[in-house]
Amino acid sequence: MRFAAPLAAAAASVLFGSALFVFLGLEPLAVLRTFFLSPFRDLYSIGELSLKVAPLALCAVGLAVGFRANVWNIGAEGQLVLGAMAGGGFALAFPDAQGAWLLPAMFVAGALGGMAWAALPAFLKVRFNTNEILTTLMLTYVAGLLLSYMVYGPWRAESGYGWPESEPLQAAARLPRLLDGTRLNPGILLALAVAGAGWLFVARSFIAYRMEVGGMAAGAARYAGFGRGGMVWVGLLAGGACAGLAGVVEVAGTIGKLRETISPGYGFAAIIVAFLGRLHPGGILLASLLMGIFYVGGEAAKVSLGLPTAIIGVFQGMLLFFLLMSDLAVSWRLRWRARRDPVAGA
Amino acid sequence: MPEVPERGPPLRLELQGIRKAFPAVVANDGIDLAVAPGSIHALLGENGAGKSTLMKIVYGVIRADAGRILWEGAPVDIASPSDARALGIGMVFQHFSLFPALSVAENIALALPATRDLGALSVRAREVSRRYGIPIDPARTVHSLSVGERQRVEVVRNLLQEPRLLIMDEPTSVLTPLAVRELFRMLRQLADEGRSILYISHKLDEVRALCDTATILREGRVVGRVDPRRESTRTLAERMIGAAPPALRRTPLDRRPRERLGVDWRALSPGGADGVGLRDLRFEVGGGEILGIAGIAGNGQSALLAALAGEMRAASADAVRIDGEPVGHLGVRARRRRGLVHVPEERLGRAAVPGMSLARNALLTACHHGLVRRGWLRPGAISAFARRCIDTYDVRCGGEHADARTLSGGNLQKFVVGRELLQSPTVALVAQPTWGLDVRAAAAIRSALLGMRNEGVAILLVSEDLDELFELSDRIAVIAAGRLSPARRIDEAGVEEIGRWMGGELPDTSAPERTGQDHAASP
Repeated sequence: MRFAAPLAAAAASVLFGSALFVFLGLEPLAVLRTFFLSPFRDLYSIGELSLKVAPLALCAVGLAVGFRANVWNIGAEGQLVLGAMAGGGFALAFPDAQGAWLLPAMFVAGALGGMAWAALPAFLKVRFNTNEILTTLMLTYVAGLLLSYMVYGPWRAESGYGWPESEPLQAAARLPRLLDGTRLNPGILLALAVAGAGWLFVARSFIAYRMEVGGMAAGAARYAGFGRGGMVWVGLLAGGACAGLAGVVEVAGTIGKLRETISPGYGFAAIIVAFLGRLHPGGILLASLLMGIFYVGGEAAKVSLGLPTAIIGVFQGMLLFFLLMSDLAVSWRLRWRARRDPVAGA
Repeated sequence: MPEVPERGPPLRLELQGIRKAFPAVVANDGIDLAVAPGSIHALLGENGAGKSTLMKIVYGVIRADAGRILWEGAPVDIASPSDARALGIGMVFQHFSLFPALSVAENIALALPATRDLGALSVRAREVSRRYGIPIDPARTVHSLSVGERQRVEVVRNLLQEPRLLIMDEPTSVLTPLAVRELFRMLRQLADEGRSILYISHKLDEVRALCDTATILREGRVVGRVDPRRESTRTLAERMIGAAPPALRRTPLDRRPRERLGVDWRALSPGGADGVGLRDLRFEVGGGEILGIAGIAGNGQSALLAALAGEMRAASADAVRIDGEPVGHLGVRARRRRGLVHVPEERLGRAAVPGMSLARNALLTACHHGLVRRGWLRPGAISAFARRCIDTYDVRCGGEHADARTLSGGNLQKFVVGRELLQSPTVALVAQPTWGLDVRAAAAIRSALLGMRNEGVAILLVSEDLDELFELSDRIAVIAAGRLSPARRIDEAGVEEIGRWMGGELPDTSAPERTGQDHAASP
C-alpha cells in the first residue's frame, strides 16, 4: 500500500492534467505524447532529461535524510544557490587554475557552502528551538538576494554588456560532456553515487537508525537517549551538502557561469520528489525521473503546442496534492455519516 | 425515588446465547447471564476473555450477532447507549469521559438529556451525594479533582438517572485502598435499595469481598457460575485461567545488600508526562533487592523515572550513583553503558517503535551490546539478539521481523522486559510492568523480575498495583505529591499505612534524623 500511493498519485495527475488540456481546447493524447514521449525521442532529449534528473535526485536524497527524522528542511533551493556561489566563486577566485584538482575542489566548496546555509537554521533550532520550516524557507530568499548582489556587483563581467552575469568559467572548471551531440554531463553519475551512498547510510548506519526512531516515535527516541540536537544537525547538513553539490553541477555543467537564476525551482520540486520516492534513495531516483519528464516535457509542450511553462508547476502541484490524498486514503476510510441513526434498525 | 426492592423473579437482566464475532476472534460465544435485582454480580475473566465486549453489547455500544437480551422479563433491543439509559442501565467506564475544563455540575448536565437549570441540578447532585455518602462539590472544575474524585462524579452522574442496573468497569484500578472501601460501601447501599450492580474485574480478592454471584468467562465462553464468597482466591483463579496459577517464590534477604543505585537529589524541576516536580529524593537500592514505589499515577512517578534513567540530568554528578560511581550529570546512553536498564510504563511509542520490526526495536536500547560496530549496524547480530529475546521470554509473534504493533500487549511487554534483562543489568527501573496484562503474562514477567533480583540486580519497581508491590518488593516506599516516603521493610509495612501515605499523609521526611525509620532495615 505504501508504494501504491505514489503510483495512484501519478496516475491521477495525468488524468486530471488531460482533463485540463481538454478544457483548454487541446487534444489530450497529443499533449500527453509530447509530455511523456518527447523526453525519450532521441539521445539529445535523454541527455536533457538527465540534466534535470541529476539536481532533483541530489537535492531529494539529502532532504530525505532530514525528513525521515521529521527535520523539515524546505530551503534546499537556497542551499543549492549557496553551493553554486561557493563552487562557482571558487573557480572565479582562481581564474588561472587549470589543474584537474579544480573541479573536485569546487564540489567540496559547493557542499560546504550548502552546509553553511543549512547550519544557520540548525543552530537556531537547537539553540533557540526556532521552527526550521520558517528559517530554511526565509533563508532561501536571502540566498537569492545574495546571489543577485554578487552578480550585479563584484562578479559582474566586463565583457557581459552590463548583464548581471559573471565571466564564463574556465574550461577546467566545466564538467565534460559525456556523449557527442548531447549536453549529458557526469552530474547524473554523481547523483547515482550519492543515491547509493544515501541508501547505505539509511539502511546500515546507526545514526540513520536513530534518526528514523526520532521521526517515527519521538517518545521512544527520548527513552533510548537519542538526542534531538544531533538529528537536527545531521538532517539539515545532509540536505545542505547535497543541495550544494546540485548547485555546482548546474554552474559547472549546463550554465557555465554565475547568473541571477541558477535553478528553476529544483530545491522545491525535490521536496515533492522526496515524498513521492517514499524518502527512499531508490524511490527518489524513480520520482526524480518522473519530475524530470515534467520539466522536459513541459518545455517541449511550450515550444510545439504553445502551452505556458506554468504547466510544469501545475503538474508538480497536482502530483503533491494527489500524493497527500492517496496517503490519507491508504490509512483512513471515508465515512459519509458519523453514526447510524439509533432508532433505525431497531 | 429509588426502586422498591423486589426479590424474586423477574430477573433484572437476562442474556441468552449472546454471540459476537470479530474478524480475528469470537469475543462472545453463546453467553448466558442472569442478574437478579439487588445483586452485586461479578463478571470475572482475564483480559481478552470477552468481558468488555459483553458489557458494550448490554450498554448498546455494539450489537450482538445472535442472542436475546431480556430486561425485567421482556425482550429488548438496545441499539445505542441512550436506549440503554432510557431502560435504566448506567455504566461507569474505566476511562472517564469528563471535560477537565468544565465544572462538575456542567459535566453532569452534559450527560443528562434536556437539563438546563444548573442550580437545580447542583441541588440534586448534592442530595444524591449526601444520600450515598459520596462527597462531591458541583462547583469545582474537574481538572482540580483527583482520579478517585472524578470517578465519584461519574458515579453521581449515573445515579441522577436512577439506574436499576449499574455497570462498573474495573473501577478500583485507579483507587487507593481507602477509596476502594468507600466505593464498596456505596455499592452495597445501592444494592440494598434493589439496584443491581454488574462488577467487571479480574481482582479476585475484591470480587470475594463484594459480590454475591460471579460469572466467569474464559475465551469468550462462560466457564463457571459461583458464589465467590464460598470460593478461595485460588479456586477462582484456576477457573479463570483454566490452570493453577504459577506460584512465585521470593526468598527473604538475610542481610542488608550492598548499594547499587543511590539517589540524593535536592529538588527536581517538573518534568515528565504529569508535570509534577520532586523534592528531597534520598534513597538507595541494593543489589538483589526490589524497592517498590507505590502511589497513584500523576504524583511524580514520571519525573522520578526520567531523572533516574537520565532523560533529565542533575546539576550535580553525585545526585545519582550507580555502583558508587556518580552519574547524575550523564544522559541516558551513558548511564545505560554503566548497567542501567529501564522498562517504561508506555509500551508502544516509548518502549518500542510501533512501526519497526522487533529486531530493529531490539536495537533501541541494546545497541551497545555488540549490535553496532563503528557506527554501522550488524544485521546478523541484531536478529540473533531479537531471536534470543523471543525464545527466552516466550514472546508469541511472527518472528523477529514482525512489527512491534502487531503484538498483543502481553507479548510486547515480554519482549521489552526481555530486551532489558538480557543486557545483564546492574540496576533496573521498572514501571507498571504488568499493567493490563493477563494473569499468565503477568506471572511470567514477575518471575523474570524475581529471577533478576536473585542474580543481584537492584530493581526499582514503580507500580499502582499494591498486590504486585507486596508480592515482589523487599522494601516499599510511597510517592505522593512529588515527595517520597521513607522505605519500609515489606514484612513491617501495613496496607493501612501505605494506603494512608498514598492519600498524601506522608510522614515528615525533611529532618534527616527522621529518616532513621528507613534504616530500621539496616543491620
